[in-house]
Amino acid sequence: MRDLSYFRASSVDAARQAAALPGAMLLAGGTTLIDLAKCGVAEPETLVDIAHLKGLDSIEVDERGATIGALARMSHVADHADIKSRFPAVSEALWQAASAQIRNMATIGGNLMQRTRCPYFRDPANFPACNKREPGSGCSAIGGVTRGHAVLGTSEACIAMYPGDLAVALVAFDAIVHLGERQIPVDDFFLLPGTTPDREHAIEPGEMITAIEIPGSAAARRSTYLKIRDRQSYEFAAASAAVGIEFEPDGRTIRDLCVALGGVATKPWRARTVEDALKGKALEPETVRSASLLAVEGAVDHGANHYKIELAPRVVARAILKLGETA
Amino acid sequence: MTLELSLNQQPAHARQGSSIGQPLTRRDGFLKVTGAARYAADNHPPGMLYAVLAVSSIARGRVAALDIEAAKAHQGVVEVMTPKNRPALAADPDAKDHPFMFRLDLLQNDQVRYPNQSIAVVIAETLEAATEGAALLSPRYEVLPARVGLDGAESFVPRGVGVGGPAVQHKGDVEAGLKSAKTRIEATYETPAQYHNAMEPHAIVVAWDGDTLSIDTPSQGLAMAQGRIAGLFGIAPENVHIRSPFLGGGFGSKGMISGPQVLGILAARLVGRPVKLVLRREQMYGPVGHRAPTRQTLRMGMDGEGRLTALDHHAKTASSTFDDFFEPAADASHTLYASPAIATSHDAVRLDTGTPLFMRAPGEATGSIALESAIDEAAHACGMDPLEFRLRNYAEVEPMTGKPFSSKALRECYRQAAETFGWASRPLQPRLMRDADGFLTGWGMGTATFPALMFQAEARAVLRADGSGLMETGAQDMGQGAWTAFAQIAADGLGLDIDQVDFRAGSSDLPNAGIAGGSGHTATAGMAIHNAGAAVIARLADLATGNEASPLFGAGNEGVLARGGRLYRRDDESRGESYAEILTRAGLSEIEGHGKGAPDPASQETYAKHAHGAVFAEVKVDPDFGQIRVTRLVGAFAAGRIINPRLVRSQYYGGMIWGVSFALNEEAITDRRSGRIQNANLAEYHVPVNADVPSVEALLVHEDDPHVNALGIKGVGEIGITGTAGAVANAVWHATGVRPRRFPIRIEDLLG
Ligand SMILES: Cc1cc2nc3c(=O)[nH]c(=O)nc-3n(C[C@H](O)[C@H](O)[C@H](O)COP(=O)(O)OP(=O)(O)OC[C@H]3O[C@@H](n4cnc5c(N)ncnc54)[C@H](O)[C@@H]3O)c2cc1C
Ligand code: SF4
Repeated sequence: MRDLSYFRASSVDAARQAAALPGAMLLAGGTTLIDLAKCGVAEPETLVDIAHLKGLDSIEVDERGATIGALARMSHVADHADIKSRFPAVSEALWQAASAQIRNMATIGGNLMQRTRCPYFRDPANFPACNKREPGSGCSAIGGVTRGHAVLGTSEACIAMYPGDLAVALVAFDAIVHLGERQIPVDDFFLLPGTTPDREHAIEPGEMITAIEIPGSAAARRSTYLKIRDRQSYEFAAASAAVGIEFEPDGRTIRDLCVALGGVATKPWRARTVEDALKGKALEPETVRSASLLAVEGAVDHGANHYKIELAPRVVARAILKLGETA
Repeated sequence: MTLELSLNQQPAHARQGSSIGQPLTRRDGFLKVTGAARYAADNHPPGMLYAVLAVSSIARGRVAALDIEAAKAHQGVVEVMTPKNRPALAADPDAKDHPFMFRLDLLQNDQVRYPNQSIAVVIAETLEAATEGAALLSPRYEVLPARVGLDGAESFVPRGVGVGGPAVQHKGDVEAGLKSAKTRIEATYETPAQYHNAMEPHAIVVAWDGDTLSIDTPSQGLAMAQGRIAGLFGIAPENVHIRSPFLGGGFGSKGMISGPQVLGILAARLVGRPVKLVLRREQMYGPVGHRAPTRQTLRMGMDGEGRLTALDHHAKTASSTFDDFFEPAADASHTLYASPAIATSHDAVRLDTGTPLFMRAPGEATGSIALESAIDEAAHACGMDPLEFRLRNYAEVEPMTGKPFSSKALRECYRQAAETFGWASRPLQPRLMRDADGFLTGWGMGTATFPALMFQAEARAVLRADGSGLMETGAQDMGQGAWTAFAQIAADGLGLDIDQVDFRAGSSDLPNAGIAGGSGHTATAGMAIHNAGAAVIARLADLATGNEASPLFGAGNEGVLARGGRLYRRDDESRGESYAEILTRAGLSEIEGHGKGAPDPASQETYAKHAHGAVFAEVKVDPDFGQIRVTRLVGAFAAGRIINPRLVRSQYYGGMIWGVSFALNEEAITDRRSGRIQNANLAEYHVPVNADVPSVEALLVHEDDPHVNALGIKGVGEIGITGTAGAVANAVWHATGVRPRRFPIRIEDLLG
């Protein structure tokens, strides 16, 4: 048996200090970490339990935006009345994530930190080669089973897809990750694999997510999260889109547009080219469809995941058009 | 085993006389929802150790080295079992003398023949120590290239398919039939490898006492398991005591004792202490069976009226390199549609996988989805409604053999299901229906069928002087409701109220109840129970009618009725007396009777025996995304006498949901380089969730069958999956105009 120490942190500072020690890992809801420990990917020597810490599970929403504590549960955030009304895409992304049981356990901080579902990554006993786990060891996925792998943001070192839903909505609306005092835009928080796929987040040892801040905006208020998958529930996205839109007073000219994609990229994927192409334009189905194709510019497939390149722009277009209908 | 439940936990059931036919809730339900039901892995005999399998990473080759020292040095590890120290067996694990047994991997050598094959067993004081010990073995391999996929090896015609049926069969001249046809279709369909994935993993808790074995393990066939284990260890079957009161699902994978279960027994022998071995989910993808992939080609010819002139069904499938189960997919074309010429054939490849096995309608399910898809294509080619086409080709006798059906209420199934579903308003052409939200809507149908099988079973009945009864048979409850349905049959057989019957099952110490498989358990063990009841009642009647002091004196055996714990004169129901009075007068504390259940050879020769059904499906497909949702399923089934409509409906629901699962979800995805399955967990090996099956309706169509057995029981467990899978596929076509050719149907297949 592997010895493991368990440390119940008494405060955020105590947690940060403990987590800075080699081999230590923060434990929140445990729905990712325990899973990864079981399959041998995570090998924590110390678990620093933060799930019970007071004050980190609050959800505060006002005109300026929302601040969500890192320990707020997915289900609580999803069901929060002000999140639903001011940030529908955030609520919808959470509702469509994982299962009811997982949402009741899992925290917002842990959710951002969830890891790829690449089956080779998750199976060190049988596939030693994985650059994300062992830098320089190679990539077992390339040339293997790739239906769930990324088509955007990939590198020769790694094509693993970022699987989460919430972060897609956060990236769309320029959320900010609070690491205690340090703050970092969520788009910068997630790193591209490049030559260092082992580095996924701009977080240093001893840092901890304390909160997520989402600026309020008209686009966030009129927003939606559309998730496509083979199964109705309890499945990661084949492709998804978080979209928010603000119209000019004429009700059809796009003043502001926020678009991000999930299920297709190595990180939650902001599609600024689509936004730029449509801002100032009238919302016409044809215009929206052709602009949405820009979302997958530069996409590279690995065989079985080719369909994502077809699918993703359609998801983006539908989400935008759906928001237009309610104008 | 007896269900440890007091009777006041039972809801009061309204009954008049007969228990059979009543919709009783599961008698074990209370134990299950309160967590009191004890499954195999819940057992913990004193002194027990934990065994964990080390399994192979590679698909083919040999184990060159294991770091046994490292594992043994780990704290808590007691022993490491490898080919070097594995206790001797009395039989060769690779030997096989009937089709209902696996060739087993029991550490007989260092060869690896599939991924996740057992290569060592680590036994430790704790589960954690054993798990870590297994990891510390750090095996090194000599690797040979894996043979993967239906084109991965040279194909051949197997000697037999399923449990040994001929691989190639025909009647009439198919080529001539095709030639004379006015319309022809030819289509190829692929189905993937699927894994049973019962919720409860295979688990065993074993204790040796000298040459006697005490075992807790889930088993769909206790007597077979007992015999197999006794043979492997060279001990008498009666020395092997297996308890299996509840199974957390089996679906075929617990029909035969698997290698890991026997390794648990070997481990206990090696260390001389009780041992528990439980498979991890990913370890179930290999040694405990699966459904092999198929590639099926169907050719059909039709005359000007849409009558089949020829039906040719070829299936290619796969087995392991060392064993012989071949999915009998093409045989699905033997029983459903009338045609003057029918040919079915199989070929196969041998791959570096674990051995495939019976899984939820083996052959029937795989064959059905291809056949029902092809029938749909044929109907469309003839410009006919799919239901009309099926009725035009309705088989009045079994097409392949020409035998009359023992009963066949399929027309009534079609009628009731079509009416309930609203089939009549379906447009013939595809892609014509849209709902208010713009989803493409499609309606499809399929015919369901499954043979009414019986095996061999025995039961023992006892009547006691206190007026109560006992019925014993080693039946297996996988969740289907055996504890309830058999108690109902027992109550009627003994002429007692169900609460007066002590029903015992789930143990190999009881009479052999046969296998809970092939949808034949209720018929087989049910008949044994029925006959045992009749035997003990006959003895009781003898006691009464032969005794001058009895009001039944002189009535003769034929002349009494057993009901409510009393015997009555058939000609004068005012004259009767209670069982207790009869036994007390005779000075007997109890009497017993024995009964058997088995197919009747004479009627077997004369009749074709099948359950039938019709399934209608509605799907909605997003036109841009190819995302499919099954919005409605209606099935109607005729399966002879229904012992318990509540349980039977649940079986149909379950079967129909497996049908959806077959069409849209289940697939084991193999890495072609390593031969390993990459979604060997329930997060990525998908089955439907509740949201995927919002509306499922099962209609029970009345059917009397005087020939299948005296109770008139057919089987209901597997039929639901047949018909449904094809109905969903056909509905997808009707919605989109795209004919699904490989299963499961995925988003990318419909993106267009
Ligand atoms: C079967 C399955 C299906 C799923 N499906 C989906 C899905 O469809 N969509 C989706 O979005 N998600 C899905 N998930 C992922 C799920 O949402 C995450 O597991 C969950 O959000 C993680 O939260 P947690 O609190 O349990 O994290 P934990 O498991 O406790 O932690 C996860 C990681 O984050 C670190 N961590 C935790 N809290 C902090 C913090 N405050 N600061 C810094 N680091 C921290 C931990 O050290 C650990 O490395 C699924 C998960 C499973 C198992
Ligand atoms: S895709 Fe990335 S995570 Fe997956 S095996 Fe390759 S390097 Fe590892």
